[in-house]
Amino acid sequence: MSIDQLIKEANIHSAVHDKNTARLVINKDKVVDTNTVEGLKVDTKEIKDGVDINISLEKNTVVENPVHLCFGVTHKKAIQKIVINIDIGENSKIDIFSHCVFPNAVDVKHIMDGKIQVGKNASYSYTEKHIHSEEGGITVIPKAKIILEENARLKTIFELIRGRVGSIDIDYETTCKDNSVMEMTAKIDGKGDDIIKIKEAGNLIGKWSRGVLTSKVAVRDNARAEIYNKLIASAEFARGHVDCKEVIQGNGKASAIPIVEVSNPRAHVTHEASIGSVDSKQLQTLMSRGLSEDKAVELIIDGLLS
Amino acid sequence: MGILEAKNISLSINGNKILDNLDIDFWEGYVHAIVGPNGVGKTTLGNVIMGLEGYRDFEGDILLNGKSIKKLNVYERAKSGITMAWQEPARFEGLTVEKFIKAGAKDKSIEKVKDALKKVGMAPEVYMGRAVDKSLSGGERKKVELASILAIDPKIVILDEPDSGIDVASLENIFNAIRFLKENGATVILITHSLEVLKQSEHAFLLCCGTVLRRGNVEEIRQYFEDKCIPCDHKNKPEQNGVKL
Repeated sequence: MSIDQLIKEANIHSAVHDKNTARLVINKDKVVDTNTVEGLKVDTKEIKDGVDINISLEKNTVVENPVHLCFGVTHKKAIQKIVINIDIGENSKIDIFSHCVFPNAVDVKHIMDGKIQVGKNASYSYTEKHIHSEEGGITVIPKAKIILEENARLKTIFELIRGRVGSIDIDYETTCKDNSVMEMTAKIDGKGDDIIKIKEAGNLIGKWSRGVLTSKVAVRDNARAEIYNKLIASAEFARGHVDCKEVIQGNGKASAIPIVEVSNPRAHVTHEASIGSVDSKQLQTLMSRGLSEDKAVELIIDGLLS
Repeated sequence: MGILEAKNISLSINGNKILDNLDIDFWEGYVHAIVGPNGVGKTTLGNVIMGLEGYRDFEGDILLNGKSIKKLNVYERAKSGITMAWQEPARFEGLTVEKFIKAGAKDKSIEKVKDALKKVGMAPEVYMGRAVDKSLSGGERKKVELASILAIDPKIVILDEPDSGIDVASLENIFNAIRFLKENGATVILITHSLEVLKQSEHAFLLCCGTVLRRGNVEEIRQYFEDKCIPCDHKNKPEQNGVKL
């Protein structure tokens, strides 16, 4: 029953029935389903309250279908620790969808500690989709340290698809070597008394390395958000941009601290941050089409976080 | 009596009188134009009729079918059948053209969205999935906004400078959309200083100094506007030249 619920909530029914699609489904601290494809090695070890995972992709390997990781907890109360090491070989390519599903959470803590190495000329994308309960009784603490070797590509997206945030404390840091490119995006919609903390950092230490950190957050009711985006460029021709948008409704409160640091005269980093209510012109345009203020705000925020 | 009347409208913004005891009324089912040089209060009048934030604290009254709508906000006026397209349309980050057009449409079918886009000369397969943001040019956003208006089948439409940002090739799409609105029974109010746009109307008002200086036949208004307003060197200050309003 629990695995069925995870698969249904994560909407990965076709993936779990396809032998050509790699997957790993975990409920709390148990590995309940796994499949791999040629060149991709997935080792798991159940530990106290969680699972230790090692994923490695051989060099010169392109994984055709996206890999689905499902880290779920169907229990109302639980702790889940995921320790994950990912090693992407040279000239390889992989796209991972990580479904973090906590549909019944009343008091659930999900802790992830990741180390990711992306080899020379390799491409790695990681899309983390969260599905939470409506209770708000969940604490999510994902941490990751990522290293991009020469000419590597990284794209990460963190988004809450459904349910209440509860408490989220994201801490991702990426180091970029020569010619590598990273793009890290977080999109979260906070309601009730949700607490959102996002700390994303990029170290552009390689020549011609490039990085973009993007955070888009809505805080409504009494929700709180703190965004710390830090981009350091220390190499020649490194280029970076930090973009933070926060929309506030009701008694929501948000702060954004973009830190940009450049220590090479040939590097260049920019930032933009906006915090405030929904744009009046957007609101009035939609209201002039016959949408109530609440529906107009909903549509504007949906668009921002889409 | 017109379907929509603005009576004795006066409005000051930051101490500047923008509308001055203005009277205007619009006949149902006609395409009207409000013309005049920059700064005479054309856009302000449109904003007052739509009930936009910052334009509701005015003297006078606005009647829709004889009933005051002064106390209604923009949403309530939209529900009464009035809508508006801005001179510079808003950008919506991440909101697709399809969702934007569907937002106010009564018929939310994909066919309706496609039909509205085709009517403004936009290929649905190219634009439906794109966001109404800075990736669209000003002219494209203008056409998308017009498509969103076509999709809601309004009773009264205010189009503020419908040709601004529109290339010559696309102008005919805009004019076609105006014709579709009229054929659908809508009352169209064109706010413009363009003679090309003025030609699309059936009846015109000439504004000067926040009030209606002349009204009537489009050709007469065009002639007056061309002869007197365009070369005027005391725009919006007629008292300095003894012009009687």
